[in-house]
Amino acid sequence: MRHTWTAVLAAAATLLTACSSGSSDAAPSDGKVTLTYANWSEDQAPAMEQIAAEFHKENPNITVKVQTLPWPEYWSTLQVGAAGGTAPDAFWMLADHFREYAKGGALIDLSDTVKTAGIDMTAYPKAVSDSYTYEGKIFALPKDFDTNGIWYNKALFDAAGVKYPDDTWGWQQVQDAAKKLTDPAKGVWGIAAPIDAQGGYYNTILQAGGSIIKPDGTASDFAGPEAVAGLKFWTDLQKAGASPTLKQLSDTEAVSMFESQKVAMYFSGAYWALRFHKNADLKGKVDVAPLPQGVKRATVTSGIGNAGYAGSKHPEELKKFLAFLGGTKAAEIQAATGTVLPAYKGTQQPWLDSMPEFKLQVFIDAVEYSVPLPVAGNTAEWQGLAAQYLAPAWDGAKPVEEAAKEYQTAVDQVLAKQ
Amino acid sequence: MWWALLFIAPATVGLVALYLWPFLSTFVKSFQDVPAFGPATYTGLDNYVELVGDGEVWKAFGNSALYTVLVLLGIPLAVVLAALIEQVSRGRSVYRVLFFLPVVTLPVAVGMVWRFIYNGDFGLLNYVLSWFGIDGQFWVADPRFTIYAFAAVGIWMGLGINLIILGAGLQAIPKAVYEASSLDGAGRVRQFVHITVPLLSPSIFFVTILTVIAALQMFDLIFIMLRSVNNTALADSKTIVYLFYEKAFVQFQQGYGAAIAIVLLIVIMIATALQFRLQRSWVFYG
Repeated sequence: MRHTWTAVLAAAATLLTACSSGSSDAAPSDGKVTLTYANWSEDQAPAMEQIAAEFHKENPNITVKVQTLPWPEYWSTLQVGAAGGTAPDAFWMLADHFREYAKGGALIDLSDTVKTAGIDMTAYPKAVSDSYTYEGKIFALPKDFDTNGIWYNKALFDAAGVKYPDDTWGWQQVQDAAKKLTDPAKGVWGIAAPIDAQGGYYNTILQAGGSIIKPDGTASDFAGPEAVAGLKFWTDLQKAGASPTLKQLSDTEAVSMFESQKVAMYFSGAYWALRFHKNADLKGKVDVAPLPQGVKRATVTSGIGNAGYAGSKHPEELKKFLAFLGGTKAAEIQAATGTVLPAYKGTQQPWLDSMPEFKLQVFIDAVEYSVPLPVAGNTAEWQGLAAQYLAPAWDGAKPVEEAAKEYQTAVDQVLAKQ
Repeated sequence: MWWALLFIAPATVGLVALYLWPFLSTFVKSFQDVPAFGPATYTGLDNYVELVGDGEVWKAFGNSALYTVLVLLGIPLAVVLAALIEQVSRGRSVYRVLFFLPVVTLPVAVGMVWRFIYNGDFGLLNYVLSWFGIDGQFWVADPRFTIYAFAAVGIWMGLGINLIILGAGLQAIPKAVYEASSLDGAGRVRQFVHITVPLLSPSIFFVTILTVIAALQMFDLIFIMLRSVNNTALADSKTIVYLFYEKAFVQFQQGYGAAIAIVLLIVIMIATALQFRLQRSWVFYG
């Protein structure tokens, strides 16, 4: 029977070794130092290269190598790297992952750097900079931010004879317009209503006066009357047939539906601007308006932060680089290339000018009423449950109240594990 | 003696560093609560107790089991195809290459292509079905169908390797046996059933073992076809290795993930040992 066990162990081994890691290495023999800087966006990589080159010009002894990882692998690579001592020196961070990294001591403390480099923290949207502060210490500087708006297709609005959305719109106008724009014969829907937290129901829950996560972070609020109203905004659109079904939106992402001109409205962030701008089929057809008003105005906001690895071999050079990333020059490069909406106040004009066909000012104005993306406990875990608990409400199998209550119970269980 | 050790060192070092050590560390982690960073704490059997009461784990095992059973259906198919290819007198290698192509294609590319084929609105599959008046379905967006859809791809992807192994097995069957049987009046079908299959059974057994192990570890298809696009069918379609990935690498619960991996290891061991037991009744080592 010996060969049985050989086969069994070989099988076990292939299974258990299915992980990989990135690495950063440098040999500073002549005072020259190489830092690595990881990101997950092919779109933004050229701007990151440009920033790295600019930094090298100012600091000839420090070379920055930009690493672009695919999104599905980014977090596992970073986590394994940070735990194993091989993480990149500098890397992009997101608010919902931030707490685990900060709590685990994986990030370099930038509080002193901010003071010595004279970085003005009020230059960043408060909702974003707050989300990178842990126990009073600053662990990442905001790189960019995004708020949400209504991306809409003017050609489809014209064809249906519906007025374009503007800042006077409330929920009712969106619902009415979505129904009018829907034309099953042409395969056109008024709006895309996927189970999307950041672009979708988080905003409407807040607009209805809800809170998503209770202020002390120990419990969620998905089943309160405001939250249910916010969820119903979307389920009503599904019920009216004004959106592709969940199954259709699972097969073809909402943004692709919008790009192929199958849906007239798509609630989402500023980060699509460049993609829509570059899409020749959409030339002159797309614009953006503020999110509609519910009981009040609201949008969630989040932004990427630039963070550094606590185990870096070159902490001083790393801090210098991170301060540079948080400064105006890096922001201006991003703005000029139209990459994203830079977080640094006053550097956004080139971004607006780079795509004059869109009313991009909408996204900057939204900062005023923006709320940080909710994070509490193991955010990735409870967010991962959303689709499975909310889908029955979306496709009409369960009343919204019931699905919301079950989701809330599940989220609270995750939060209680703290 | 020392020379011998030196010669096996390259293999041994790799084995220990890449297989044995990760295995042991996974085993230890399965008894720990491992935060993303920072020190782990021993929690005894807590992970395993939680696992037994976790409906998600049972469901994932159910999905993996269903997938495995479905993919096993590809083996009879591979045996018949291998025998047919053997009959082809010219261009045999062309067929081999065609069937082998999916094996050397990047799984990501395979997943992307099949996502197009399975698309509910404009997919090729639904288009073909419409010729026969069959209603299209959302093959990878409807949890009733996802596992079956994956299994079809799994069979297709595994066919190439299976055909190579079975083809080699066929070459080893002495031609004299066929000649003798045809003198006795046996037709092609009877030859296949009474000669080819029994004499090929060691190869079939080997292919079955490999297929079961690979099927229980299915991960890439679900990752590419469902996760990357925020598919709502994902929650009901998770396989056990996908769940392991999600717990360990998305939700930062490495201890729990390790416990899942260990349980899967035990399941694979049992499944493999069981097959070795059963082979006595059907594998013919001439």
